[in-house]
Amino acid sequence: MVVDRKPLNWWERSYLPAIAGGFRVTWRHFANTVFRRKSVTMQYPEEKWVMPEGYRGAPYLVSDVDGHTKCVSCQLCEFICPPKAILITPPGPAGLAPDRPNAEKMPREFEINMLRCIFCGLCQEVCPEEAIFLQKDYSLTGLARGEMIYNKEKLLKLGGVDTGIQKWKQKLNEAREQEVFPVQGS
Amino acid sequence: MFESVQYWDPAAQFVLFSALKILVVFGATLTFVSLAVVAERRVSAWIQDRVGPNRVGIPFTNIRFLGLGQMLADGLKFLLKEDFTPNYVRTVYFWLAPAITLIPAFLTLAVIPFGSTLGNPNNRMVIANLNVGILYTFGIVSLGVYGIVLAGYASNSKYPFLGGIRSSAQMISYEIAMGLSVIPIFLLVGSLNLGDVVGYQSGGLHTWLVWKQPLAFFIFLIAAFAETNRLPFDMPESESELIGGYHTEYSSMKFALFFLGEYANMIASCSMMVTLFFGGWTPPWGAEAATTLWAGLGHVACFLAKVISMMLLFIWVRWMLPRFRYDQLMDLGWRRFIPMALFNILVTAFVVALWQR
Repeated sequence: MVVDRKPLNWWERSYLPAIAGGFRVTWRHFANTVFRRKSVTMQYPEEKWVMPEGYRGAPYLVSDVDGHTKCVSCQLCEFICPPKAILITPPGPAGLAPDRPNAEKMPREFEINMLRCIFCGLCQEVCPEEAIFLQKDYSLTGLARGEMIYNKEKLLKLGGVDTGIQKWKQKLNEAREQEVFPVQGS
Repeated sequence: MFESVQYWDPAAQFVLFSALKILVVFGATLTFVSLAVVAERRVSAWIQDRVGPNRVGIPFTNIRFLGLGQMLADGLKFLLKEDFTPNYVRTVYFWLAPAITLIPAFLTLAVIPFGSTLGNPNNRMVIANLNVGILYTFGIVSLGVYGIVLAGYASNSKYPFLGGIRSSAQMISYEIAMGLSVIPIFLLVGSLNLGDVVGYQSGGLHTWLVWKQPLAFFIFLIAAFAETNRLPFDMPESESELIGGYHTEYSSMKFALFFLGEYANMIASCSMMVTLFFGGWTPPWGAEAATTLWAGLGHVACFLAKVISMMLLFIWVRWMLPRFRYDQLMDLGWRRFIPMALFNILVTAFVVALWQR
């Protein structure tokens, strides 16, 4: 393709059309921002983005609808975590009883170092209990490094309630149904 | 207490009033510089669909006050930054250059009549009522180039050096066009005193010299852009090519002095344009020298309003036009504006000669 480069005529060489064009463009943008308030700036701390579904923010622990910890301290997430941000303290042989019936155990302590976490989502993928999810928080701040290590209590509080499956409750119900004779539906 | 001043020796009165005027003009100019920086940031933001600095208000409160606290914050930032002197610079010149840039900008303001009087007809609102006002101005303005050249030389580094060279060529070329462009004004007015120029235009909007000398105004305006190193002629600085041009190696308050100098220069050339072409302190409906304090203050306000409008023009143009190429700039200066200015002088001289006969 050949682009014609016509020599500028005297009117164009006087720079006046360019100045007029420049003024038109700048005035349009100025008027849009000042009179119609169409600026592209988001006043950040007051206004915030709406995160899309599936956004991978910080990983938090979730509780089930009955308010019980879903985590069973299997430590898969701790093993898979690429930057080794997760540290789980299992209850041990004589440890703490889980806070819901029929579950084997729950973690004594569950810490995520948010300074190390890379928000990759492997913990969420590997979790057999659907107990940890990457949520929509992206701006985590603290005044000291220690504050950035989130413990179980904090993670559960931030994580909120997950309305998904309740595996152990289902198992409990199944076990109860076993006691009833004749067995229904089999 | 104030009444006793009028029984003083006239010389003592003169010294007192001059000192007061110098203090007020100096303070007002510095305030205007910081206001201009904020205005520049806000206006440029608006033109670019942004909001600009709107957060900083009164410190330690939540009062934002249109972001005008940014003035203070910017100044403080410059003061508190590390003042770094690279070890390869020519130290004496390196320290001298910012001052040499700043001083001429303030000196030019001395001859600008920024108001009529404040009631006392012997005390005119101009620091130095010189009969050679405009010559003084051009003499001082041409000193402005030294600071920049010196900064470029003293930095001992290639980008500042190129910036310095560019600025010397640019400022010297445009000074000629600028000087030639105002000659018709003085042919018409018949005096070099800026007070007389304002007096000539005091009849109201229709007597402003911009209508009689549009070409002179046009050339002066563009030369003023070049003299103050503003876009579209900011070749000495040109961030995209020369990093920061002549002030690349400067930091902290020394850098701020260049900044101050640039904006003070802008204010000086805006005041000059207002005085020469837009009737100075006279309101658009015309006025005689004020006889009361309030009328005098009104005239000062009128002058300030005109200067602010000119400043807004300067700021606006920065975002309107791209930077000129260096040869285009030189071509415009030498081959367009100087002949145009000479032609203008000739025509005006003929008209004045025929009209006065």
